[in-house]
Amino acid sequence: MQVLLGGGLLASAVSFLYPVWRYLVPPVATDLGGDSVVAAKVGELKANSGKIFRFGSRPGLLVRTADGEYRAMSAICTHLNCTVQYRSDVREVWCACHNGFYDLNGRNIAGPPPRPLESYAVHVNGDDVVVSRRRGT
Amino acid sequence: MGSAPEAAPRSSTHRNPLVRWLDERFGWEDLLAPLRHKTVPVHKLSYWYFLGGITLFLFIIQVLTGILLLLYYRASANEAFESVQYIMTQVQFGWLVRSIHSWSANLMIFTAFAHMFSVLFLRAYTKPRELTWLTGMVLLFLALGFGFSGYLLPWNTLAFFATKVGTEIPGQIPVIGKPLLIFLRGGEEVTGATLTRFFGFHVALLPGITTLLIAAHILLIQRLGMSVPPSQEAAWKALPPSKREMPFFPNFFARELMAWYIALGVLGLLAALYPWELGSKADPFVPAPAGIRPEWYFVFMFQTLKLIPAKVGPIDGELLGILGFGVVGLIWVLLPFLGGDRYGRRQVFIRGLGVFALAYMLGMTVYGYLAK
Repeated sequence: MQVLLGGGLLASAVSFLYPVWRYLVPPVATDLGGDSVVAAKVGELKANSGKIFRFGSRPGLLVRTADGEYRAMSAICTHLNCTVQYRSDVREVWCACHNGFYDLNGRNIAGPPPRPLESYAVHVNGDDVVVSRRRGT
Repeated sequence: MGSAPEAAPRSSTHRNPLVRWLDERFGWEDLLAPLRHKTVPVHKLSYWYFLGGITLFLFIIQVLTGILLLLYYRASANEAFESVQYIMTQVQFGWLVRSIHSWSANLMIFTAFAHMFSVLFLRAYTKPRELTWLTGMVLLFLALGFGFSGYLLPWNTLAFFATKVGTEIPGQIPVIGKPLLIFLRGGEEVTGATLTRFFGFHVALLPGITTLLIAAHILLIQRLGMSVPPSQEAAWKALPPSKREMPFFPNFFARELMAWYIALGVLGLLAALYPWELGSKADPFVPAPAGIRPEWYFVFMFQTLKLIPAKVGPIDGELLGILGFGVVGLIWVLLPFLGGDRYGRRQVFIRGLGVFALAYMLGMTVYGYLAK
């Protein structure tokens, strides 16, 4: 009798709590950003500068090196998720939150970041600087 | 159906007609009796007893000013910043209400920490007060949760990045980290969904739990009485006539009210002379600004995470830091169970640990503000 009563109470508790538990987990949002994006217009960026662009729902970083070459990478620091920026004085990518540094290929070179930034392919298409995810990444 | 028997009428001889009226209905005087019998020890360290009460007072200020802010605040990514701007620029005394809310939050966390360390150093956390310590520690964590969730609500740049980093930290915990991060953020990223969640935590969930725990904490203090520091206890034991006490009501209560009044004065002064700033609206597509750091009470952890290298052996530095703080926090919560006897040798070690923790927190905080 006690087992029946206890089992019934447990079952009703589970039936109340399960929907609450599922309710707390938000539905998965689909990132409709695609695999490539126009990050800037040609001539928009001076040499030795950078800008943040929108890659789907996440920020990306486009850098024009001192030699005029374009580089692009994820702007989300691999340490604790802050948004990085290009530092023209040291010509490196810097995260202000915990003082992490990356080189222009996105490799973590100083400070706490444990992994490199995801690097993207860049090509110029007419007036547009197009950034795309590398295949297989 | 039969009716319940009527309670026997009570008689009261109290001079005040209102008290007499209450007393005749539900025994008002009986309710106050424990307070009348309660005493507070008087010694050279008695002033530390005020800190818990001041923390409670600041919490009450938080609730009152929070209710006022709720009249105008709107919890959505498109409107939050503008609504706080509206409170500060258009609503009469809106800037003052928000400033008092922010300043009292910070002062409350300061007094809660001071209270915690005073309880530790005066050995008030040992048997039989383990549960008082436990409820107090949970209340301290809840206060930090209030600070963290409330910080995001104006939806400004600093708050946005503080929340990104702050929610990423539990996200690093193995196995449960990722689901926890999604639960906290309301998705993979910090967005408007995070803001509405934090708003819910800040104005409903946390106040509810906190109120219950404050009630339990105060009930335990009433039940167990005030702890006397061991050195004072020994002195009183050696010379019993030297023992001094004062009635809680009205003597200590009046002093406590005076302490609250001073706290209110300090709070009003700070809020009026240094109004809390709003900053710029959060934009997920700008870099974290240079010189960014969290609220002062998180700076010691922030600075530690900054100093740990990317890899420590095979482990990611940040994970090591986060797990390290987690383990220390757990040990701290369990101190009454690990410390043994109140007069035992382990207490010397725990005092050393407390001094080290305090010095570490202060040192790292100062370093965090001075470092680039």
